[in-house]
Amino acid sequence: MAFIPHTEADVAAMLAAIGVARIEELFDEVPAELRVKSLAGVPEALNEMEIGRLMSERAHSDGIALSFLGAGAYEHHIPAAVWAITTRGEFYSAYTPYQAEASQGTLQLTYEFQSMMARLTGMAVANASMYDGASATAEAALMAVRANRKSRSARILVPLTLHPHYRRVASATAANQGLKFEELPYGAQEGITLPDALARYETEDITALIVPQPNFFGRLEDVDALTDWAHAHGILVIAVVNPTALALLKPPGEWGARGADIAVGEGQPLGVPLSSGGPYFGFMTTRMEYVRQMPGRIVGRTLDAAGKEGFTLTLQAREQHIRRAKATSNICTNQGLLMTAATIYLSLLGPQGLTRTAAAAHARTRELVTALTRVPGVRPAFTGPCFHEAVLQLDRPAAPVLRALAGRGIIGGLDLAGYYPELGNALLVCATETKTSADIERYRAALSEALQSVRAA
Amino acid sequence: MSNVPADLRYTKSHEWVRALGDGTVEIGITDHAQHELGDLVFVEVPEAGRTVKADEPCAVVESVKAASDVYAPIAGEITAGNPKLAAEPEMVNADPYGEGWLMRLKPSPGALAAAALLSATEYQKVLDAEGG
Amino acid sequence: MPVSEKVVFEYSRPGRGARDQWPQETPAAALSDLPAKLRRARAPELPEIGELEAVRHFTRLSQLNFSIDTHFYPLGSCTMKYNPKACNQYAMLPEFLARHPLAPESHGQGLLACLYELQEMLKAVSGMEGVALSPMAGAQGEFAGVAMIRAYHRARGDLKRNEIIVPEAAHGTNPATATMCGCVVREVPVGREGDVDIDALSRAVGPQTAGIMLTNPSTLGVFERRIVEVARVVHDAGGLLYYDGANLNAILGMVRPGDMGFDVIHMNLHKTFSTPHGGGGPGAGAVGVGARLLPFLPIPVVGREGERYHWLTEADLPQSIGRLSAFMGNTGVLLRAYIYMRMLGREGMRQVGEYATLNANYLLKRLQDAGFDAAYPQRRASHEFIVTLKRQARDLNVTAMDFAKRLLDYGFHAPTTYFPLIVPECLLIEPTETETRDTLDAFVTAMTQIEKEAEREPARVTSAPHTMPVRRLDDVRAARQLDLTWKPTAQP
Repeated sequence: MAFIPHTEADVAAMLAAIGVARIEELFDEVPAELRVKSLAGVPEALNEMEIGRLMSERAHSDGIALSFLGAGAYEHHIPAAVWAITTRGEFYSAYTPYQAEASQGTLQLTYEFQSMMARLTGMAVANASMYDGASATAEAALMAVRANRKSRSARILVPLTLHPHYRRVASATAANQGLKFEELPYGAQEGITLPDALARYETEDITALIVPQPNFFGRLEDVDALTDWAHAHGILVIAVVNPTALALLKPPGEWGARGADIAVGEGQPLGVPLSSGGPYFGFMTTRMEYVRQMPGRIVGRTLDAAGKEGFTLTLQAREQHIRRAKATSNICTNQGLLMTAATIYLSLLGPQGLTRTAAAAHARTRELVTALTRVPGVRPAFTGPCFHEAVLQLDRPAAPVLRALAGRGIIGGLDLAGYYPELGNALLVCATETKTSADIERYRAALSEALQSVRAA
Repeated sequence: MSNVPADLRYTKSHEWVRALGDGTVEIGITDHAQHELGDLVFVEVPEAGRTVKADEPCAVVESVKAASDVYAPIAGEITAGNPKLAAEPEMVNADPYGEGWLMRLKPSPGALAAAALLSATEYQKVLDAEGG
Repeated sequence: MPVSEKVVFEYSRPGRGARDQWPQETPAAALSDLPAKLRRARAPELPEIGELEAVRHFTRLSQLNFSIDTHFYPLGSCTMKYNPKACNQYAMLPEFLARHPLAPESHGQGLLACLYELQEMLKAVSGMEGVALSPMAGAQGEFAGVAMIRAYHRARGDLKRNEIIVPEAAHGTNPATATMCGCVVREVPVGREGDVDIDALSRAVGPQTAGIMLTNPSTLGVFERRIVEVARVVHDAGGLLYYDGANLNAILGMVRPGDMGFDVIHMNLHKTFSTPHGGGGPGAGAVGVGARLLPFLPIPVVGREGERYHWLTEADLPQSIGRLSAFMGNTGVLLRAYIYMRMLGREGMRQVGEYATLNANYLLKRLQDAGFDAAYPQRRASHEFIVTLKRQARDLNVTAMDFAKRLLDYGFHAPTTYFPLIVPECLLIEPTETETRDTLDAFVTAMTQIEKEAEREPARVTSAPHTMPVRRLDDVRAARQLDLTWKPTAQP
């Protein structure tokens, strides 16, 4: 039974109370021709033991490989306490905190999350999460159009060094509202956005500039120069940042002379497992002056009728359930459970733990690049510092090399041929604090063999 | 029963208009409107110098329950937005026809005459029909 | 319940930390390549607390919440049914958790099999030809649906169709979504018995109509009895029908949206298919389409060739409305929905519709017998129904909000209040199929008690709640004096 507790006696008593003979009669308003005859496409029910077995078999067949993939989702150690607490029924099965008095746990936790994200990004205020980093970027572009009163063009400059999927999501989500995304090229040697890419926009009406840090290649952009240029031209700056990296890198609130205007990114690195792509969460922070343009839920602290502190959803008048057609966004559900995990994660790591994690990831990636570039036929694609990912160029196509590595239980990285064909045989590799020197050596040895076997073929 | 001063003109969307004698008009929302919205938490007024068309949304009044657009009753150029409302939005609730004014506007030539503004009696009829 | 809990920053002491969770320190030399001007000057100001302190703090916070695991939660349109623990346990098997979204398909056949089968089961229960799983919430599913409708008309060269019709009682996401898709919204009224006004609809459709967004049963908790006619009116005018799946629980296994004439639907996996609400999310808004809209599905979609599963992307679906998620949507949520649907099976789907409807009708009848007014007394309840308290508001000066707050003191989460907007002082009540008759009876008893209190001691109700961690909160103050982040010397 579908978790239905009713006994026959219950059903009989309930039908009697309603005044019908059978449950079937309760559907008498539904036209008979619409009634389902059979659900042939749905298999017979499995009990918990049976589904448990099926899922275990499937999981086992997928296995766990040694992975050097980054590209927007990062493997980090997640303390056991994070999900032990996050999956407590009181967090897991609670609803959106619309009845504030019954939801002080979720609301206070959200306030703590907002506080942490504001501090991490160096901005004034945060919302209670968005679906993921890509949709947060799209929403930031829409927000910039609302917030930038001096610009009417709705043209958004997007570096090609921003994650290709983020660019596609922004376009799919925001193009219908009249936004125009224009791509900025990157320097072939440097792998970052160069000043001369901006030159042709000197006298144009541009609404916002997106600045990723680190960028998709792991390279560090010149965020101060880009931010100052944008502000000098009345353009808002949207920072797309990695939250772990922010423990070491200058946060968007301190970019250039005035700081970025909106900061977004993917929150998955903060205590959320890779879980085959989701659920993750997007974060969004901004200046106080733009708080009313920010989509999504926001929690505020206030007093109750007895003068005691409490927390509640605020600024809801901007949201869909009140403003309807004029809402800042149609977003309703957020990623509350993941935000919960991130808040617990950040509390357990603290400033020292997060800084060490970022530093270790950086060091491991440098070690990885050094080791792999010792293999003949492998060289770095770009000059200049990277953070926890790097692009390597191979003297053979990456796809067969990756297949050979996969055969040895190693997921070597992301083949960039489909995304950046101009980079040739390029591979995006990543190492975080979860990789040891032994792991890296294992990769190096396997890569050496794989390249030889591909060469020989 | 809400307050409807006899010496003002009104719109169906619950704005009031007061001629200021120097050719400009002052505009706000009515007592009925502020009561429907509840305690205002934020008011956004237009900037001086902005030109607006009749019925163009040009201000926002936000309460906990709702955020409503305020429509320009007449075409013209905004000469001022009430600077006090940024810090004290509740003024609109407390004194909707006085200190709670939203904006002042210089009507375009002929716009004031052309605008089909309601008298106090006509506006009261609108309220009665709405049950307010 | 604990009475309150400090904000986590208030526990901070310099130098404290959960040291077992920290990686080894990295020598400064390893960071030497990072340019000084790009470095953070000071470490971020995060809490400095030990592990037990953190565990205690967040555990105590959790105890300040109501949740399905602890309380009856009859929120209309939210479908707060039991979230089976098995769904969580098996979705969180280590191999599923460890898998990177961009890992090779060869290493993900087990996962892809689950997702493919989920697509197939959702097609079967919805009566649709194709399903995409990547929209990450109902609202994103709605966006995908309306975007596909637009894409369909554009592909046919019909560029004038930019109007979306919604009933006046529609959920706020519907008009918000239409705007996000660059459409204009036109509302149509609903009749006295809760059905869409067909005459008004016939006058509203035309060459500018892209489509109509409907929920069935509607947001008023009643079945749209003339849905076949509605579909005909809209289709004859050249528009398409979009089904908002928020209320699918009422008809699961009994009626299929595809059979009602809908061209595209979104399903809320976090409602009908029992994935956890998580304090506000994550959800998943899978979309289903009829044959006309198949080419426009958002990518990626799981495909199968023989025994092998693979992702279909832009190359396979060149007319797709595009990518809505950085990766493939809320995969962990999809796995939970899959496990739930496998545990229900064919029979279980039908039982959901049956028992959700039985529970709602029983609760409606008992509340009516106790003297409460249904908004649509002449109609059957679907899986939910509306009680209006406008009489109590008028006679006793006690509102739906007051009842909602007092219910908290009785240990029940309040139903949905003040939605739909067209019914004054309303409670939208959805018990779901996983509640016992005893719980429903206890709820009726509580409502009856509260009404008596409203008559004899109204202050008890109008100043409720009294036994929660906080009293009623000043949300005007919250919006006027914005305190959105903690500051060390902040006073509220």
